Amino acid sequence: MMRVRGRAFKFGDNVDTDVIIPARYLNTTDPKELAKHCMEDADPDFVKKVQPGDIIVAGRNFGCGSSREHAPVAIKAAGISCVIAESFARIFYRNAFNTGLLILESPEASRDIEEGDELEVDPESGEIRNLTKGKVYKVKPLPPFMRELLKDGGLIPHLICKYRNARLEDE
Amino acid sequence: MERPMTMAEKILADRAGLASVEPGELVEVPVDLTLANDITAPLAIKIFEETRINRVFDPERIVLVMDHFTPNKDIKSAEQVRMCREFARRFRIRNYYEGGACGIEHALLPELGLVVPGDIVIGADSHTCTYGALGAFATGVGSTDLAATWITGRTWFKVPETIRFVYRGRLKPWVTGKDLILYTIGDIGVDGALYMAMEFAGEVIRRLSMAERFTMANMAIEAGGKVGLIEPDRKILNYVRSRARRSPRIYRSDRKARYREVREYDCSKIELQVAFPHLPSNVKPITEIPEIPIDQVVIGSCTNGRLEDLAIAARILKGRKVNPNVRAIIIPATPRIYREALRRGYLRVFLEAGAIVSPPTCGPCLGGHMGILAKGERAVATTNRNFVGRMGHPESEVYLAGPAVAAASAVLGRIGSPEELGLKEEA
Ligand code: SF4
Repeated sequence: MMRVRGRAFKFGDNVDTDVIIPARYLNTTDPKELAKHCMEDADPDFVKKVQPGDIIVAGRNFGCGSSREHAPVAIKAAGISCVIAESFARIFYRNAFNTGLLILESPEASRDIEEGDELEVDPESGEIRNLTKGKVYKVKPLPPFMRELLKDGGLIPHLICKYRNARLEDE
Repeated sequence: MERPMTMAEKILADRAGLASVEPGELVEVPVDLTLANDITAPLAIKIFEETRINRVFDPERIVLVMDHFTPNKDIKSAEQVRMCREFARRFRIRNYYEGGACGIEHALLPELGLVVPGDIVIGADSHTCTYGALGAFATGVGSTDLAATWITGRTWFKVPETIRFVYRGRLKPWVTGKDLILYTIGDIGVDGALYMAMEFAGEVIRRLSMAERFTMANMAIEAGGKVGLIEPDRKILNYVRSRARRSPRIYRSDRKARYREVREYDCSKIELQVAFPHLPSNVKPITEIPEIPIDQVVIGSCTNGRLEDLAIAARILKGRKVNPNVRAIIIPATPRIYREALRRGYLRVFLEAGAIVSPPTCGPCLGGHMGILAKGERAVATTNRNFVGRMGHPESEVYLAGPAVAAASAVLGRIGSPEELGLKEEA
């Protein structure tokens, strides 16, 4: 898995899916369309400010609310490379892995990182480096099952591999 | 001896083919029913098609409900529904609901007998946890998880820890399951049950109607919960018997099951509750609420759009008028509830009071259509979320309450209780 690098955009606790992508824009599944409205109700200029690779840093229960997978899809399509939070809502957590959005739980990083800090994240070693402050935060390791999913590139590529192998065995 | 288990642990252990499971363990289980709606199904269909796997595990176990933007609010939503309709035809999915057959999914599925106790249900909708009121392990997932299960018929779960909530005593007048669950979320917070199972128990739960039990299980997700379970009792089995197409599996928690925590509430102290913007946990008892003028009332949704909720609204609105400053929108959750409300004369009461009666739809609950708030407007709603912008403009406000407070507020023009209208609840 690749290292990512970018600036931090800070948000508070309980950032919900209605803020990440409001329901009024859910009449489409197009990632580019969805990305245009990402975080709009929290910060109308968010999408304009983000540069590819930038990182969202939030507090507790990030992604609470709806099951809409449009939320991690919109974040990823907006150019965000990683979301760091103290904790994630469970459906969002699953969806992020399934759609290949890198997310990390770290209460320490979530508290310490400030808006605009330059960060480098290494998912392999489980390290978040704060280049602005010269600090390193260690992350809880991912369960092996999750690592396997990410290695295959998400749930669907994982399934396709599995089914193709099964079919080969049939023949 | 086998390890004593909670209801959630028992369902997962049994269905995974294991003697017992522990919280934290990952298990793979067969899925009895899958659900998606007009927002989440199109994404799942796109993902499904990318796999080029051209079959589904079992068309009888796939349910598609086109409820969120129905009747379609614009061209894009109509296109999404058409995509779902074509998918349903292609794979001979009979449980496809649109138009006059369509109701709000979490009211519709139990009503049609599609879910039975002991089921494992995943839905690409966070309020899939509603079916916990039937003793089913039912939870929300995203479209990718759902598409994968359409193919394999299986999914994985991390076995959750369980918090048991015990409700004792007698309910105060007008207080319903909605007030109990708002009070509970206020107590533990919107992440108080994050990743966990919530189990609702105690004599008060046993006395609640099925409608109120659905309301409570529905909002488990608002505390971060994975499922909100109620043990099957006679009421549940009677409810299921007349409608179910499959036989129930009964799981009950062992007396010595290990809980993360047990919380007890004395219900005689719980008043009518209102959740202030912008979190469902931001609750206040009705007697501590200042004068808050409102612009809109919504009575409906998968939380409180059932016949029992409309009955309460009808009692309060009968012979009264909706305040001229308020739009009162009443949304029967399913066609059957709509017809029954018509037969019982509730719809006439609503219309004579000056309320708007909408066809079954999610509509304003998610800020979709049929009652969107302007900047600065305030609504009292019987729905389940009051996040920023949930019902319209980011600077509008939603106050969550049960049907009694919502109907009384519609008359008062401000947030208030039926008692302020001189109404007494019959015992
Ligand atoms: S009524 Fe509201 S909460 Fe329920 S399914 Fe519809 S949008 Fe979701």
